[in-house]
Amino acid sequence: MIEFQSVTKQYQGGSPAVDQLTMSIDKGSITVFVGPSGCGKTTSLRMINRMVEPTSGVITVDGRDVTTVAAAELRRSMGYVMQSSGLMPHRSVLDNIATVPRLNGVSKAEARKRATELLDVVGLASSLGKRYPSQLSGGQQQRVGVARALAADPPILLMDEPFSAVDPVVRDELQQELLRLQQDLAKTIVFVTHDIDEATILGDKVAVFAVGGKLAQYSTPEEILRAPANDFVASFVGRDRGFRHLGFTTSDAVAVHPVPTLVSRAGQFDGDPAAVTDWQLVVDKDMRPLGWARPGTDADLIPGGSLFHPGDSLRRALDSALSSPSGQGVAVDGEGRVLGAIRAPEVLAVIEAARQVRQAAL
Amino acid sequence: MEWFLANSGMVLERAGQHLVLALVPMVLGLVISIPLAQLARIHPVLRSVIVTASSLLYTIPSLALFIILPSILGTRILDPINVIVALTIYAVALLVRAALDAFDSVEEDLRQAATAMGYKPWLRFVQIDLPLSLPVMFAGLRVVSVSNISLVSVAALLGVGNLGMLFTDGLQRNFVTEVVVGIVAILVLALLMDAVLVLLERLLTPWTRAAKAPGPSVPLSARYVADANVHAGAGP
Repeated sequence: MIEFQSVTKQYQGGSPAVDQLTMSIDKGSITVFVGPSGCGKTTSLRMINRMVEPTSGVITVDGRDVTTVAAAELRRSMGYVMQSSGLMPHRSVLDNIATVPRLNGVSKAEARKRATELLDVVGLASSLGKRYPSQLSGGQQQRVGVARALAADPPILLMDEPFSAVDPVVRDELQQELLRLQQDLAKTIVFVTHDIDEATILGDKVAVFAVGGKLAQYSTPEEILRAPANDFVASFVGRDRGFRHLGFTTSDAVAVHPVPTLVSRAGQFDGDPAAVTDWQLVVDKDMRPLGWARPGTDADLIPGGSLFHPGDSLRRALDSALSSPSGQGVAVDGEGRVLGAIRAPEVLAVIEAARQVRQAAL
Repeated sequence: MEWFLANSGMVLERAGQHLVLALVPMVLGLVISIPLAQLARIHPVLRSVIVTASSLLYTIPSLALFIILPSILGTRILDPINVIVALTIYAVALLVRAALDAFDSVEEDLRQAATAMGYKPWLRFVQIDLPLSLPVMFAGLRVVSVSNISLVSVAALLGVGNLGMLFTDGLQRNFVTEVVVGIVAILVLALLMDAVLVLLERLLTPWTRAAKAPGPSVPLSARYVADANVHAGAGP
């Protein structure tokens, strides 16, 4: 457990970067520091491994004041991932990953062996190990950065906006990958981001920082979206918070209805599309959705909306229904085969029911 | 050509002396410049002092330095040590700037990353800062190599053995062939040294030539190489 006790960081002649921060970070969970620039979130993170020394206050890790541990030793016990991957351009991917074990005196052969295993853990081919970082894509570099942070198997991972420089698709991948890794590793992860979406996706708990280095709210992402502590948090969380909060409610109560389908073979539909009186879902021979056929026309296939998997959140259910041209969200199973359709009005009814349950609980 | 073949032994001996007189100061200059540049990088106040002082050093006329040094060092005027000390001073003048540029070319993010991983300062300097500064450092070394090789010939005026003696001797005897051979030999020597440095750089910085991943990325060192070449324009 990491604990901040009245920690203040003040740079000369400025207002405090971090002001009287007191919080405790749970072991084995992901805690996200989020806030606008200049709110002290990165400074707070960097005080944990003494890259920044506090002006006053104490930070303890498992009850031990971090200033009583030699800085280099302390840092080797905490993995560190930063925004620019921070990989050493003159070292191969393997040697980059092997850095901290090597600093700890592990032999080169052993450190490289461990590094090769870690490539696999973060989802990279072992053939990439011999390359230089400049030969990897941005997303691959961030994966190597994570592997490097994990190399000495530290109990704590500090991640400073690690995914903010990669494109949204890769970021999404990396976030899911981190959650998957965390299930196996159960590290104590402190993660800094300015993106509230990323914070609510990754965080077991989210700490919202306000400008001036004050902790505005520290809670579960669900509660921060549902019940912002003050106007600052509400405005920072943004206008979509109602919609995003749906990401934390299960859609189990949403009914999946049968949907009329047309099977497409080599671009031709079975049956006569012109005779269709209602929207029909066009599927391939394995029942995977291809798109929609509009009633009363024989025009081309209309692309479908986002797919819904039973067990998804209400946010996904609603998005699936709203993004579909027919107003029906397509539900598919794990293999991508059509199960049926969900309907927007019914999703809304479930949302309203969930709200009333919450209200009754207050 | 005939004269050269008849005297090739002498020319080679002079070339050897020339090389030693140019190379030793370059190595000494590097050894002195690296800690000075690192000091300048860390302390902003020292930085301006060191940069200004090193620029001033380069404005001392070389002939004057060759003549003054014996009285300061207590050496005889013909002692090659005078030349080595003088050229080391010039090498330091050039290399402090080059080394400082080289260290500045190392991204601060990488130093931060190294520190955050638990590098202690000395090891970080040796394993991260130094290798990453090599591309820019070599640009500076190549300038010093050429500058030293040309400066050594001035020492011939004092009678210290090197290829420059082919000039002084040729002029005295009004024998143009010897002067031309001297010029060509110095040129060849400078080119050879440059080739050796280029080769050495390639050997020591394999990562700079690794095929890039898709996406635009201008090597940071390119900027500094261009900058370092500016120093080649000036000189005593």
